[in-house]
Amino acid sequence: MDELALSLDTVWMLLAAMLVFWMQPGFALCEAGFTRGKNTANILMKNFVDFMFGSLLFYFVGFGFMFGSEGSGFIGAPNWGDLSFYKGGLPVEGFLIFETVFCATAATIVSGAMTERTKFSMYLVYSAVISLFIYPIEGHWTWGGGWLCNDAADSFMMRHFGEVFHDFAGSAIVHSVGGVLALIGAIVLGPRRGKYGKDGKSRAIPGHNLTLASLGVFILWLGWFGFNPGSQLAASGEVNRVAISHVFLTTNLAAVAGGTATLFLTWIKYGKPSLSLTLNGVLAGLVGITAGCDLVSPLGAVIIGLICGIVLVYAIEFIDHRLHIDDPVGASSVHGVCGILGTLLTGLLSTSSGLLYGHGWSLLGAQSFGVLVIDLWAAGCGILLFYGIKKLHGIRVDARIEDEGLDVYEHGESCYN
Amino acid sequence: MKKIEAIIRKTKFDELKEALLASDIDWFEYHDVHGIGQRRQERIYRGVQYSTDVIERVAITIVCRDIIAQPTIQVILKVANTGEVGDGRIFLSDIIDTYSIRTGENGDSVLKDKK
Repeated sequence: MDELALSLDTVWMLLAAMLVFWMQPGFALCEAGFTRGKNTANILMKNFVDFMFGSLLFYFVGFGFMFGSEGSGFIGAPNWGDLSFYKGGLPVEGFLIFETVFCATAATIVSGAMTERTKFSMYLVYSAVISLFIYPIEGHWTWGGGWLCNDAADSFMMRHFGEVFHDFAGSAIVHSVGGVLALIGAIVLGPRRGKYGKDGKSRAIPGHNLTLASLGVFILWLGWFGFNPGSQLAASGEVNRVAISHVFLTTNLAAVAGGTATLFLTWIKYGKPSLSLTLNGVLAGLVGITAGCDLVSPLGAVIIGLICGIVLVYAIEFIDHRLHIDDPVGASSVHGVCGILGTLLTGLLSTSSGLLYGHGWSLLGAQSFGVLVIDLWAAGCGILLFYGIKKLHGIRVDARIEDEGLDVYEHGESCYN
Repeated sequence: MKKIEAIIRKTKFDELKEALLASDIDWFEYHDVHGIGQRRQERIYRGVQYSTDVIERVAITIVCRDIIAQPTIQVILKVANTGEVGDGRIFLSDIIDTYSIRTGENGDSVLKDKK
């Protein structure tokens, strides 16, 4: 029976890995649709690069950085392509694939925020660094069994908070890290030419194909049904079959609540229900529920979705109109702001240890500390990385290339002929 | 010979096409045009309001004999009209001559209107 159970768990994990892999085309289409047709080959290429570099580097060293040394220390020992160190119940090669697709998801979030003006060669440097260092190291502190998630009685988190940091599928570990790097990348690059007028007012640069963007969001949504329920890493037995079903439901409820909140808020604010923002609203709900999808009730999931869908609209406005940071697809708001928000809301709405269920401040404290540490790490790395690239080599293409499109100048081929 | 150039709403194109084929016009050209005028349309993209000054219309060009010109213009005036601002314009001009590339002949007979 145990043999069969383990096989069932493995099949579920691999199926979920396929769904999470499917988020790559989701991101690719979403980002392509939200940007102009002259840069489409460039954005698609970046999405391929994120997955290709991510898979290779994570296999050779990142997996060891993340899961090596049994969670102790700042970083695990690199595995140099050798997987034998990993001692888990699940087949290590399947587990590697599952973790690889998560790493690639963190990497690919950034491309949308930096699109239409980044040198392709410099994007390769960023993509390698996140898959090699930034993600595996904070992953080591958490899912790798490291200090933020170590629940031994005398561990740092238990002594100071009485709870460990909880991020079920990666609101903070995957999405907020991608979102924070996206924000810093967009700041270092500066806005696209023509995005802000001489009077400082934000101008619309409409994406070239909202059909592609919508399909991308639906694909991401499907992928999330692997991202969250798959993170249970098991399907056999009553506990697991109930858990993955519960996570499936909370994931979907948050997505629809997020989209619905954005739909009505934009209708009230702008007089018309906005498709371009509602697409982001669905993703905001999905990002928000990812941390606590196992701990919150279905109603809690709806509340998280609604809050994320509303905050999203104001976050996009604030970042665009006030801070004058040009994030063409809204990655910093969707993944950064809502990733942090979802991690914190878990501390409020967890039925087993949340503040609103009368369990005190422990989990909220652990969540706040954990997300702060993780995003300070991401921000610090991002600042060093992007300013470093800018100083040493230049990160932005020439004005003429930007005006005429990166496709022809950076890649020598255009998407639409 | 006259040349009639009309700029009309895209939504009226199919109706006008049928009407012109039913009248005495043997052949006409059309193309999609983008115009820019003082009238703007308000749009919103990702929370940023902007106005589109680009207006999409169809331009059709008809070259015909003098006697066909006025009836054709009346057809366009009737069919392409909605009464709203933006219905378009018709321009009428003289054509010096027309040549058939296949036969080399010129003059009114080249324009094979039904009349």
